[in-house]
Amino acid sequence: MLKVKNLKVGYDNVPVIFDVSFEVREKEVVSIVGSNGAGKSTILRTVSGLLKPMNGEIEFFGERIDGLRPNKIVERGISHVPEGRHVFGKLSIKDNLMMGAYIIKSEAEKNKKLSEVYEIFPKLKERENQKAETLSGGEQQMLAIARGLMSNPKLLMVDEMSLGLAPLMVETVMQALKYVSSTGLTVLLVEQKVQEALEIADRGYVIQNGRMVIEGTGEELMETDIVKKAYLGL
Amino acid sequence: MLGQIISNGLLMGFIYSLVAVGLTLTWGVMDITNFAHGEMLMLGMYSAFWMFQLYSIDPLLSIPISAAVIFVLGILIYKLIIKKVLGGTGLTALLATFGLSMFLKNLVQYLWTPNYRYINGAIVTDNKIVIGNIILGMPQVVAAIGSIAMTLIVIYFMNKTKTGKAIQATALNRDTASLMGIDTGKIYAITFGLSGACVGVAGALMSSFFPIYPQSGALYSILAFVIVALGGFGNIKGALFAGLIIGLTEAVGGYFLGTQFKYALVFLIYLIVIQVRPKGLFGW
Repeated sequence: MLKVKNLKVGYDNVPVIFDVSFEVREKEVVSIVGSNGAGKSTILRTVSGLLKPMNGEIEFFGERIDGLRPNKIVERGISHVPEGRHVFGKLSIKDNLMMGAYIIKSEAEKNKKLSEVYEIFPKLKERENQKAETLSGGEQQMLAIARGLMSNPKLLMVDEMSLGLAPLMVETVMQALKYVSSTGLTVLLVEQKVQEALEIADRGYVIQNGRMVIEGTGEELMETDIVKKAYLGL
Repeated sequence: MLGQIISNGLLMGFIYSLVAVGLTLTWGVMDITNFAHGEMLMLGMYSAFWMFQLYSIDPLLSIPISAAVIFVLGILIYKLIIKKVLGGTGLTALLATFGLSMFLKNLVQYLWTPNYRYINGAIVTDNKIVIGNIILGMPQVVAAIGSIAMTLIVIYFMNKTKTGKAIQATALNRDTASLMGIDTGKIYAITFGLSGACVGVAGALMSSFFPIYPQSGALYSILAFVIVALGGFGNIKGALFAGLIIGLTEAVGGYFLGTQFKYALVFLIYLIVIQVRPKGLFGW
């Protein structure tokens, strides 16, 4: 469904990713793993339209989306949960979720989405009137993912969801994501925590210094020397 | 006597508040320093004046008209100027709007002369409300009520409507807001329009008891900057209360220390408060 071809992106004309190509097929969980600074977030920020590519193409369901503005890309069905969560701290949890459903016009559909999301993350319902900034890091990550689901996306992109979370919390968030993908949602994950990300992925890519170095199924990648040595410390 | 002074101060305070609410939308919420805010107010006063002069429409009735005119002006200012400098450093927008402020003042002076204009014979003129030994001028009372009403409308809009919440979300984090599907460019334009509508209303309300001339917005915009900082950036209720504090300080201080000191006192209070509470009285 998502095809990225020969993508080159930079900041102030200095490229940070060079010639990146990858693909996400329907109902897959795909992980892009690599160390900090490898360009993972840049890829997601380009797909969601926050950054303009210097070169290359991004296709979603066969249509070019590079060059569209972020709000138009959300309307096409791509939801991006940004790195560092970025919940709207001064707004209530419910308002945060409703912001996630901004593009949905019908109130009935919004409320249906809200109850679906509350079912996956019951903690959020308990505290729906609390300000988002009062939540712990892990809970904010839950909220960010829940908010990302509110637009009823076809593809959910999650950036570095393990960042700053305790290992137990990482596990909880991963489980939530696994559940979401089991409902048929396509997920693109970008992670520094290589093992966790490859465990839940159908396929994965390893990125180093702005270039994809290998691709394969999650299990295949964990067996490769490059992953073992560089990321798993084996 | 003190009762009279406090009432006068409070009535002025509500008007200051409304001008400051307009400013807090662009400065506090959107983080754009709009130095032309006072000139938008001045144009609001002029639009009420010309409605009265040319079409005999009472300033009270022209409130929606001048709100609409300055709303559109706000959107134009955003689209033609602010949008072009948004990517630059903080100083860029500041200088651009400073230039705009000079331009508008001089344009008005060229078109309509620097003379003081007054609206004589508005509905509210020369009416009074007498409570015991306190005399309240009708224009001031109506202006205060109108300011409170508009401030409440803005508070309602920001907290209860989808667009209002989108403005808050955009203010908190522009990129993330756009990831929600919010057209942030449109949100900025609306916020500028709303800021303009506030001073449009304020201008129409003030036009019946203040002289109207090219510089007439300048003082209020400086006071508005103080009020926004005092109340806490982006905090609308903060602007409301800080406006009252400034109104009271000016009236009471002016009475006890002499009118020449009233603004010195206002800025002194401001300096003290930002030393003690840099985020303002009601800051986040």
